[in-house]
Amino acid sequence: MKQISELNFPEDARYTDDHEWVKENGDVIRIGITDYAQDQLGDIVFVELPEVGSSLSKGDVFGTVESVKAVSELYMPVSGEVSAVNETLEDHPELVNTEPYESGWMIEINPGDPAGINALKSKAEYLGMLKG
Amino acid sequence: MKEKIGTTGLIFNEPLLWEKGSPGRTGISLPRRDVEEAPLDEKLAGEGPDFPDLSELDVVRHFTRLSQWNFGVDSGMYPLGSCTMKYNPKTNERQASLPGFAGAHPLLPAKLSQGLLSLMYDLQGYLGEITGLPAVTLQPAAGSQGELTGMLIFSAYHRHKGKPRSKVLIPDTAHGTNPASATLCGFKAVAVNSGPDGVLLPESVEALMDDDTAGIMVTNPNTLGLFEDNIRRVADIVHRKGGLVYGDGANMNAVMGIVDIGDVGVDVLHLNLHKTFSTPHGGGGPGSGPVCVTRQLEPFLPVPRVVRDKDGYSLDEDYPLSVGKVHAFFGNVGILIRAYSYILSMGAGLKQVSQYAVLNANYIKERLKDLYHLPYDRPCMHECVFTDKHQQEHHVATLDIAKRLMDYGFHPPTIYFPLVVSGAIMIEPTETESKETLDQFIDAMRQIAREAGNCPDCLHASPQLPKLQRLDEASAARHPCLGG
Amino acid sequence: MRYLPHTREDIEAMLQVVGAKNLDALFAGIPDDCRRKKEMNLPEPLTEWELNRHMEKLAGGLGASPDYAVFMGAGSYHHHIPEITRQLLLRSELFTAYTPYQPEISQGTLQTIYEYQTLVCRLLGMDVANASMYDGASSLAEAMLMAIRISRRTKIAVSKAIHPLYRKVVKTYFAPTGFEVVDLPVGVDGRTDLSGLEDLGELAGVAVQSPNFFGCIEDLDPAGKIIHTDPKTLFVVAFSEPLAYGLLRSPGVCGADIACGEGQSMGIPQSFGGPGLGMFAARQQYVRNMPGRLVGKTVDLEGKPGFVLTLATREQHIRREKATSNICSNQGLCATASTMYMAALGGTGIRRLSRLNRDRAEYLKAGLSKAGCSFPYSAPTFNEFVVRFPDGFADTWEALLEKKIVAGLSLAPYYPDLPGCWLMCVTETIDKAAIDKLVREVAK
Repeated sequence: MKQISELNFPEDARYTDDHEWVKENGDVIRIGITDYAQDQLGDIVFVELPEVGSSLSKGDVFGTVESVKAVSELYMPVSGEVSAVNETLEDHPELVNTEPYESGWMIEINPGDPAGINALKSKAEYLGMLKG
Repeated sequence: MKEKIGTTGLIFNEPLLWEKGSPGRTGISLPRRDVEEAPLDEKLAGEGPDFPDLSELDVVRHFTRLSQWNFGVDSGMYPLGSCTMKYNPKTNERQASLPGFAGAHPLLPAKLSQGLLSLMYDLQGYLGEITGLPAVTLQPAAGSQGELTGMLIFSAYHRHKGKPRSKVLIPDTAHGTNPASATLCGFKAVAVNSGPDGVLLPESVEALMDDDTAGIMVTNPNTLGLFEDNIRRVADIVHRKGGLVYGDGANMNAVMGIVDIGDVGVDVLHLNLHKTFSTPHGGGGPGSGPVCVTRQLEPFLPVPRVVRDKDGYSLDEDYPLSVGKVHAFFGNVGILIRAYSYILSMGAGLKQVSQYAVLNANYIKERLKDLYHLPYDRPCMHECVFTDKHQQEHHVATLDIAKRLMDYGFHPPTIYFPLVVSGAIMIEPTETESKETLDQFIDAMRQIAREAGNCPDCLHASPQLPKLQRLDEASAARHPCLGG
Repeated sequence: MRYLPHTREDIEAMLQVVGAKNLDALFAGIPDDCRRKKEMNLPEPLTEWELNRHMEKLAGGLGASPDYAVFMGAGSYHHHIPEITRQLLLRSELFTAYTPYQPEISQGTLQTIYEYQTLVCRLLGMDVANASMYDGASSLAEAMLMAIRISRRTKIAVSKAIHPLYRKVVKTYFAPTGFEVVDLPVGVDGRTDLSGLEDLGELAGVAVQSPNFFGCIEDLDPAGKIIHTDPKTLFVVAFSEPLAYGLLRSPGVCGADIACGEGQSMGIPQSFGGPGLGMFAARQQYVRNMPGRLVGKTVDLEGKPGFVLTLATREQHIRREKATSNICSNQGLCATASTMYMAALGGTGIRRLSRLNRDRAEYLKAGLSKAGCSFPYSAPTFNEFVVRFPDGFADTWEALLEKKIVAGLSLAPYYPDLPGCWLMCVTETIDKAAIDKLVREVAK
């Protein structure tokens, strides 16, 4: 596993305590897991994502991510309706390891509460949490 | 250091079964046809499976070569913590394969199965005596099915009392089978954190135990190899609230003749015969998971029960409160025969088994604790748990240490379990290893600790001697290929 | 004691390192109120030779095959087991190994189980088989729980022609769950009557057994079509005599979603009912919902092919309370034995053996018919069938025990609506002469 200083956290994303990231992408917001989370899990082998159209509340489980010897649940950072899922991950789950903020994104949602995003952590706040 | 016991020798490549053979060969002596062929409706007839046709020698070489790629207790020390890989006595195999036992149909009338019924009856008695819980079922086919049976008893008991309960308390050090078994019975598993010394604190249990909690599952000694010394108080708390105490007896091999599990306050306990009672694990099973309970819970045990009266032994189905059946017949009887043979061979010497198992583990603990971090530095029972904390300074992890041990000729310990210890290395030598073997193992571990400082990459690249190097488990899981 | 290598000197030296005065001191941390008050009361240890005599005595009085001619199947079958299976199984590198958690030094076990999974798939016509379950009964219970997980429904239907002891196990597993188990009736021909299925509402899964408990071969193709009228319902095919699939259309070919049952027939001694072998296979799309271990193919760092345990995130040691099952130890050695057996038998061998089993059973059927017996069910059978003997046969049955013949299993305790009926089984281990002898006795 890497040192925190070796990991990448984009400035334009917001972060959750459960290590998801959120980025605005036009009208929708994109969600994935952070560089820290993928590094902790190790080689990702499977990602289970929700059906497009499902409505989920903040804190709901929207999927699971599996490495060889661990399973982690994925939690909604804000409420919303799933508008797209990253189907490429079905055949290439390793993208979550290699490009967690780009091609390794997981779902896009129409947020029910766009302002809720502002309540999430900034990069500095998230780093502060990781460094404990 | 003396010469390593791990070395290389001539082994063979061997293809998959279906890459061998030729249609028309056979490896079996088929009985001659002495009756006419009977017609069969064409709609029902199939083509038969696409099995390869092999000669007898093809089959013999195939599995002989495969066996040479494997490591068993008979090959060398197998200190796999929590799995109790002790020697599997050869005489037990002879007994289990006696023609009368091997050829016995499970539904034979009682008068034609007295030998096996008496064996099972006596084994129940011995296990009751060893544990202090007098009512015993031999039916569960493995430890985890014993746990399931125990949870079925919890459920049936509370339903019988008129108030079903929904939760079961499970310490964070428990085997994964505990929460899985509880869930299978419809209980919600509630985790209890262990205290700073690695054992349960009565106040943690007190805080969680309520009248909707069916009881607690406790492994004692626990998976850190520590005796849960508050068990009596924990049991009292649970009993006061109307709950039951389940003992996971996976580690019973540490306390035979020392602790009376019934006296401690445990109501239901499963045993793993392939751990404590020396039956072979066979690369995955079969195990056997007898369940021992108090007299109060006896009516809930699975049926049929083996009973004895003046006419001899018989099977009795008439237990209206019974949870039912967990096995089509009576469990893994072949394994029961081996455990029975072991108990008859040992007698009260089973106490020495526990004493030496604990002595061996403490000896290893004392001789390695200067080089490996010991998260709970206190006397252990039958196993000790180290971590890779010191080796991490050189970027060497538990996995590297485990893999390197293979090159030295040892099976690795259990690693990364229990989950509450980061980078756990869980060593269980068992009582059947001699001091010389333990010393060789200790030397190897000490040498590896030195290598971690001198040549971390040597460890990252290990093992070197086995037929294969480290395997790509990630791609196996990403693109599963589960058959040919 | 020969299993304990400790000499007095060893013990002294080790106690000194540990810092304990004596062996008792090792247990000083165990509170007094947890200690035994008295020593264990166990028999004096036996020597190896005493043990041999004792065990021979116990084993000697049993009514076991082949000493007895046992015309009884019902989930436990006496088949010939080649000597190579017995001897190869004792290769102790395989025999004394644990679950293959360390693949570099477990390739023998892993390749064997991979071969087992493959041969089971070929036998049952399925996509993916696991590394084994405990027995046929728990396989069926786990299959029905899997159907519940996949369909997210709460009710299952189970044919009454499934082994009655398997059905008891299913009911035991289901009792605390709140899920509903419905029995499906047996039709007049001895096969499951599926005509009332649509009145049962939303079903997670429907299970039939073929050959069923009465030996009748279920007509799986139409059964599958009826069950799949509701596309969310899983079609589960159970079995207790997999040798039948050397001759019959496989569950997979007939559309089964899960095939599960007892594999004892495949090279495993009867041993009073266990250890046997829970075979379990499913369609590929359901692999992540399967219980039990799976072995998969991969490569090592140098690109050499090898095998590992895989998709382990379904299992209890990782997913704990959310696992697909609580199973940990399975019946690995029995799976190994069955792999050796299937390899020795081969495709040609299993077809011939399977046919011989059926032909000998048919021969007995014809003989009993001539002797005045009747047959309540008309469906075709494999190596077992139900026969109604003339009144008073219970006494004959008892008398035949004296002649070392066990003339089938009385069905009355299991099916009170089948009085006077016995379930008969003939395998390749009972030859024509033994069959003729039984028929003569019945005709007396």
